[in-house]
Amino acid sequence: MEKTHYESVVVLTPVLSEKMLQDAVSSFEKLITENGGELIHKENWGLTKMAYPIQKKTTGFYQIFEFAAEADAQIVDKLELAYRRDEQVLRYLCIKLDKHAIKYNERRRNGEFKKAKIVDTTNAAPVVEAKVTPVTSEEEE
Amino acid sequence: MAKRQKYTRVPIIRPKKYCRFKKSGIKYIDYKNPDFLMAFINEQGKLLPRRITGTSLKFQRKVAVAVKRCRHIALLPYVADQMK
Repeated sequence: MEKTHYESVVVLTPVLSEKMLQDAVSSFEKLITENGGELIHKENWGLTKMAYPIQKKTTGFYQIFEFAAEADAQIVDKLELAYRRDEQVLRYLCIKLDKHAIKYNERRRNGEFKKAKIVDTTNAAPVVEAKVTPVTSEEEE
Repeated sequence: MAKRQKYTRVPIIRPKKYCRFKKSGIKYIDYKNPDFLMAFINEQGKLLPRRITGTSLKFQRKVAVAVKRCRHIALLPYVADQMK
């Protein structure tokens, strides 16, 4: 049977030290790999501002895991239980990815979306300058 | 006797709305990108109806799910006074 892809986002408290953060992240990673999950991608956003305060904290460490596992492995249950038991976790979200989401994540990992933005700005910048300069010269005349 | 004047309704011509997901071939809406989802909520943080954004029903459902996920992980507010 083909493996199911999951994605998990965890928000950890901002009061953690660098080492405590790494310990927490590696413990979740370990949980995934030990329960028959295959870690595909992990991402750390660092300290990020939240849209509203949770437990009187306005920032949080965002950590994203993408992993594949057998659908009957109950890995998500175990992971969510670990999140709930951990007091450092402010919020968590585990979702199943559909085929479009898997493709999207692959493209995102390869930096396609970031590249597109960079290309746009570099193309746009000289055009804007070229347009602006003649206008100003006319105004001066 | 004066004849009653006939009114003819002037049609308002607006550009036709379209579903941006169908047009540009986006199949997955990322809930981790609040900047993109801002286009589908009003300044109070509420979801905009389909009749305003022009999104097709299929993708409106996906937008709703994405916005709700985004709110849960605190990247978008549940309630806001003025966010734009």
